[in-house]
Amino acid sequence: MTPIDAKRPLQLNDQGQLRHFLSLDGLPRELLTEILDTADSFLEVGARAVKKVPLLRGKTVCNVFFENSTRTRTTFELAAQRLSADVITLNVSTSSTSKGETLFDTLRNLEAMAADMFVVRHADSGAAHFIAEHVCPEVAIINGGDGRHAHPTQGMLDMLTIRRHKGSFENLSVAIVGDILHSRVARSNMLALKTLGCPDIRVIGPKTLLPVGIEQYGVKVYTDLEQGLKDVDVVIMLRLQRERMQGGLLPSEGEFYRLFGLTTARLAGAKPDAIVMHPGPINRGVEIESAVADGAHSVILNQVTYGIAVRMAVLSMAMSGQTAQRQFEQENAQ
Amino acid sequence: MTLSILGARIIDPASGLDQVSDLHIDAGKIVAIGAAPAGFHAARSLNAEGLVAAPGLVDLSVALREPGYSRKGTIASETRAAAAGGVTSLCCPPRTKPILDTSAVAELILDRAREAGHAKVFPIGALSKGLEGEQLAELIALRDAGCVAFGNGLSGFSNTRTLCRALEYAATFDLTVMFHSQDRDLAHGGLAHEGAMASFLGLPGIPETAETVALARDLLLVEQTGVRAHFSQLTSARGVELIAQAQARGLPVTADVALYQLILTDEALVDFSSLYHVQPPLRTRTDRDGLREAVKAGVIQAISSHHQPHERDAKLAPFGATEPGISSVELLLPLALTLVDDGLLDLPTLLKRLSSGPAHALRLPVGELKVGAAADLVVFDPQASTVAGEQWRSKGENCPFIGHCLPGAVRYTLVDGHISHEA
Repeated sequence: MTPIDAKRPLQLNDQGQLRHFLSLDGLPRELLTEILDTADSFLEVGARAVKKVPLLRGKTVCNVFFENSTRTRTTFELAAQRLSADVITLNVSTSSTSKGETLFDTLRNLEAMAADMFVVRHADSGAAHFIAEHVCPEVAIINGGDGRHAHPTQGMLDMLTIRRHKGSFENLSVAIVGDILHSRVARSNMLALKTLGCPDIRVIGPKTLLPVGIEQYGVKVYTDLEQGLKDVDVVIMLRLQRERMQGGLLPSEGEFYRLFGLTTARLAGAKPDAIVMHPGPINRGVEIESAVADGAHSVILNQVTYGIAVRMAVLSMAMSGQTAQRQFEQENAQ
Repeated sequence: MTLSILGARIIDPASGLDQVSDLHIDAGKIVAIGAAPAGFHAARSLNAEGLVAAPGLVDLSVALREPGYSRKGTIASETRAAAAGGVTSLCCPPRTKPILDTSAVAELILDRAREAGHAKVFPIGALSKGLEGEQLAELIALRDAGCVAFGNGLSGFSNTRTLCRALEYAATFDLTVMFHSQDRDLAHGGLAHEGAMASFLGLPGIPETAETVALARDLLLVEQTGVRAHFSQLTSARGVELIAQAQARGLPVTADVALYQLILTDEALVDFSSLYHVQPPLRTRTDRDGLREAVKAGVIQAISSHHQPHERDAKLAPFGATEPGISSVELLLPLALTLVDDGLLDLPTLLKRLSSGPAHALRLPVGELKVGAAADLVVFDPQASTVAGEQWRSKGENCPFIGHCLPGAVRYTLVDGHISHEA
């Protein structure tokens, strides 16, 4: 089964520009490249003494986080500020009341305060789609991570990292290692790599952490780390959550590290100039050895920097696409 | 009151009758098929030329939501919706509030159903108190109050020995047990069929083995205890195979399937639409095709709506936070006629799966057209069509078929000779 791009009309406007950014599913290669090019141009902004451009002046961006986050939330805040937007951040606890009601009512209230854009993180897969489709279609919705489903800005910042270090995707071997099953980052990365033309995408992990039907992403599955890492250009490590030891997915952190932890010795099987990535926060000694995380191959901190540029690109593109769509619809209505 | 239905194609799957004729009703019963009895005078005659008259449909699972969940539906609203779908008899599952585990709840439901008068209601009692799977409900008191079978819904029993005793107890009194075989542990936390679609969407999966593991166990327990068993809401092709094997061994088990499982697959989840959130879940095309073949072959005797109406808010949330279920009883006949349009079944076989099939499965005294039987009928126009949702009587609008043009249109539904629906 190939993924169906039924979401496409939802996140694109009539001209095929972004109006929401919910998932990388169904987005064409040209659009992903445009995001990367735009992000590249914003990287210069971050290097300047005055780090602001006026693209979102007068606009209000609301970060609504129903799940804890430090890195993603902060980089979204910085990205919006550097675009000169007004930024509000809300950390909404999901425990107090029924999740759906909180989500619906919270966003409806924020919409009434004339927010122009929502960055939403939520524990339920599909939350961002739900908001874009049923809650406030007139507001640009940026998915900051929904359940296990998608983390498209992380996916794009990973792509920017790869492109800046490797130039292009056409001849690369990329390995994604660890807990694929629960990872929205892995899903977004697999989609992005495939769309951008990466010919060799590998996923490595025990069967308990690999989703059924993962072949649909066009990836090769390895259950042995050394085999999977052989001659790869890029290694993307995933965070292993502590709670995976419950429910029988894994016996222990120690055994996981022994089999799937990225050590200097194991990394030696990859290409000599391989880069090591991780969406963070890293668990030293669980999925990655400190010497690797801090070593010469690691680009983990570069990812954070690129994350701001990618989020600036996505925020500005979605705002422009949403504004264009609203103008188009108003003209049509008249 | 007397009534004649004139010139209809009368189909009675139980007896094999299929001919254009007249049917005469007096005092709620069918008094003649063909010529009217001597001295019979019809107070009302329905010109039914070009229409089909068949036994009223028997739906083995219609959640009426009362008592306890009247924001989702009431006995009056949902039985009225059922009448519009051609249904004259229906079973309601025990998950009410309070749970249908005492005769008082059964009596309340039956009283309100009689008062509404749109359909005959046959409650399914809880097999265990509170559906908790720990202590037996008072099955005989429930039977005497009108419960026709006993089930535990998808909650199941955590302790297999307790389940086994429940089956032995039910067998002692020749009660029918309705199984919804799903392994609690394997299904725990799941939202969709464990397969490529759920993986793609990042939805926790319910594997096929959640059904087959439980089915295999339940079938062995049925064989050991000799209890009368009906397996409800099958979802997988492998599950159907287990039923077929048991039937081939001579085990007298029956089965039903939700009509939407014969139409939809998990591919419908692609844009996270909560309308397709059902439990047990929609599965693959292979499963759907296996279920369809089993309906054709008669391994599955009954097609039910598994109607679950919800208020709007219950579906207005991200997929995982929504309540499962589809409201579809009022489309039962037109939606089922798509199976005839698809060439899967001929019309008499479809009507059998919708009337005498389910009636026999639970030994309900309905589902046949014969002289002396209650005049429970559906009269429909097979050439006309129904735009789903043009009129809507259920309180639950959670129906993915709304807006679709479906084959056939129910003209009259009659319960005990009274017209419960007319269009």
